[in-house]
Amino acid sequence: MGKLVLLEKAKVEGIRGYDVYRREGGYASVEKALKNMTPDQVTEEVKKSGLRGRGGAGFPTGMKWSFLAKPEGVPRHLVCNADESEPGTFKDRYLMEFLPHLLIEGLIVSSYALGSKATYIYIRGEYAWIPDILEAAIEEARANGWLGKNILGTGFDCEIYVHRGAGAYICGEETALIESLEGKRGNPRIKPPFPAVKGVWDRPTVVNNVETLAAVVPIINMGGEAYAKIGVGKSTGTKLLSACGNINKPGVYEIDMTISVEEFIYSDEYCGGIANGKRLKACIPGGSSVPILPANLLLKTAKGETRMMNYESLSDGGFAKGSMMGSGGFIVLDEDQCIVKNTYTLARFYRHESCGQCSPCREGTGWMEKILKKIDMGQGKKSDIDLLWDIQRKIEGNTICPLGDAAAWPVAAAIRHFRDEFQWHIDNSEECLVRNYGLAHYADPLEVPATA
Amino acid sequence: MADEKKLFKVTIDNITIEVEPGTSILQAARKIGGDVAPPAMCYYSKLKGSGGKCRTCLVEVAAGSTADPRPMPKLVASCRTNVMDGMVVKNITSEKVIDARNGVVEMLLINHPLDCPICDQAGECSLQDLSYENGKESTRYEFPKRVFEKHDLGPYIQLHMTRCILCYRCVFTADQLTDKRVHGILDRGDHAEIATYIQKSLDNDFIGNIIDVCPVGALTDKTFRFKNRVWFLKPVDAHRNCNHANCSGKVTLWYRGDEVFRVTARKDEWGEVKDWICNECRFEKKQTKDWEIEGPTLVNRHSVISQGHYVGVQRPQEVLYDVLDGRKPQLLMDIHSVSEVNRPEIDLSKIQGPSHSTDFEPHEAR
Repeated sequence: MGKLVLLEKAKVEGIRGYDVYRREGGYASVEKALKNMTPDQVTEEVKKSGLRGRGGAGFPTGMKWSFLAKPEGVPRHLVCNADESEPGTFKDRYLMEFLPHLLIEGLIVSSYALGSKATYIYIRGEYAWIPDILEAAIEEARANGWLGKNILGTGFDCEIYVHRGAGAYICGEETALIESLEGKRGNPRIKPPFPAVKGVWDRPTVVNNVETLAAVVPIINMGGEAYAKIGVGKSTGTKLLSACGNINKPGVYEIDMTISVEEFIYSDEYCGGIANGKRLKACIPGGSSVPILPANLLLKTAKGETRMMNYESLSDGGFAKGSMMGSGGFIVLDEDQCIVKNTYTLARFYRHESCGQCSPCREGTGWMEKILKKIDMGQGKKSDIDLLWDIQRKIEGNTICPLGDAAAWPVAAAIRHFRDEFQWHIDNSEECLVRNYGLAHYADPLEVPATA
Repeated sequence: MADEKKLFKVTIDNITIEVEPGTSILQAARKIGGDVAPPAMCYYSKLKGSGGKCRTCLVEVAAGSTADPRPMPKLVASCRTNVMDGMVVKNITSEKVIDARNGVVEMLLINHPLDCPICDQAGECSLQDLSYENGKESTRYEFPKRVFEKHDLGPYIQLHMTRCILCYRCVFTADQLTDKRVHGILDRGDHAEIATYIQKSLDNDFIGNIIDVCPVGALTDKTFRFKNRVWFLKPVDAHRNCNHANCSGKVTLWYRGDEVFRVTARKDEWGEVKDWICNECRFEKKQTKDWEIEGPTLVNRHSVISQGHYVGVQRPQEVLYDVLDGRKPQLLMDIHSVSEVNRPEIDLSKIQGPSHSTDFEPHEAR
């Protein structure tokens, strides 16, 4: 079993409450940071840890923090992005529900590092029961002197506010989140200016994912260098994965990024293999936006190496032959799943969630959905596959925010790797309504090009 | 001057000019003018915060600046990207840009009703111009077009949501010109729409300007609705002493014969309003005696219709005689007998001067 740093105490009874959390060593990082370290030293530890943003993009957190503009007399803000809306991703929910004080602790330390006296948790509206848990934790923290004025007598003031979203995927994009937090329509802003310069109310702002901020706690406790020793290469520390789909043991797992994809799917410690004795067909390893991979490319890279569960290995081969770690929403598809239907479902989601600001995304997502629905219903025609490819190509990279890319990638990857399944749907318009294409050759070992 | 501002050198489509720091690529390109200026459907220089949405003005930045000559990885919205010293930009010289722009135009048109023949904006429509210049002859979209529930915006402004391209210009206009915005974008994605939500009519003194900023026929002048085609009208500059504090009183009157059919603000060569005007000037003052005439407006003939973009179009072959085996076509139905609009008893040839809208009003209206 790999080392747990986030979920180590998750199973301790009563850990949701302050007393048990404190007894188990909680809030030690706040004491350490506020009493013995300067804000810059905290940022330095986070830099040393190599922590990368856990929301999906994987941008180094310490570097993001160091970009924060610090003009005299202008308040700065830390915003915790708890708008976890990527289909297949539910790790932050688990963290907030069972270890709310871990997030609050991480927020206090991070706020201290960034100089944020008013810190916000923007939580998706669908997580209706969690704001109460967070607010209870905030109340307990305040009652015990971890929040409010002059924390631990150090002169540092900090308040944490919980803000509920109203149910829009787009508000997980950091600038749309900021707009929504300001009480406006959640349209992404045009960058630059970046939030680090002009964020909430035009003040310098850092937006970080829940898991990222929670990870600051072990980083301060054990030191950045020790944290960086967990994991491999630039994938330091541990990552929470929310595994779902056709597996025996769906759930949230903490991995230290040294295990292989195969081990993660088949070992009893994690997913426990494919459900009902079926065979693995495909997998979306990092939440719905990242490219889907067929079984053979998932378990081995195009070079024939074992694919590992970390940032570098998952993206090995680029978009043509690889995927992404993303947010850690690990979706497994067995041989009975239809890639066309799956792609249609995702396209429908992105059509519904596009904010409608930029024309390619507003119009293109709807167009792709309609074509995919048609193919799924056995009414597709030959030219539709190329048309889909062309539409996704015209959306990708041409929009304000990454939602356009997120809508284009799943369609592109599905066509790239499963083109014959699409073709089969078009050629067998009646058969495709009564049976699936099945596993076909998608698990066959790939020919590895000989290297000289 | 000693502290003269340093100018930035920027090269767009191989033409180099010097502009002040803080200038956007689009503004720099407009200074060069002609085809070098990218089309802009949502950006409006007079509206703060506008731009970046329609993606028609995407350009390629081949070199970021002299200090950092790396190219930008993606195409950028030229309206919202500022120039840097030594920047090299490709607009019509970039295949990537042309390809992306064609894609954007296609996207903008898939749900557009293409009802130009009955649209008041036809002839002065940015989308019409854009599609003639960057669009294809046919569409690859084969699904029903999107429709919306109709919203009534009151006596002055007609909303056709199906034509809207969600440029947000009218939202910015209402925010920045009126004391309270009562319309906005409802919902999201491809079902987003302009509406008032509570069926309120738009009646702020300056709300009429949203008609002028609308790049398409989504917001049109109800007092001019179906009255005439814009290319039949003769624009004349005029002004009056308007009592409204923020109204310039400088307008364009659109004449046919001696009748003022509509009043609009004056527009510059990029189709942008020069000075805002109030509703009273726009909707209530339609008599020549209300105005001091300055002279004919110098019209920018960029519009597809006045420019005669139809050159080179193949005329369809006349097939009626073939179909009728050489017989002459006969009038199948007397339109006057089914139309309630026209008055069949009026002989058009006997009306004095050019025919007049009041000659054709329904009987009850007389």
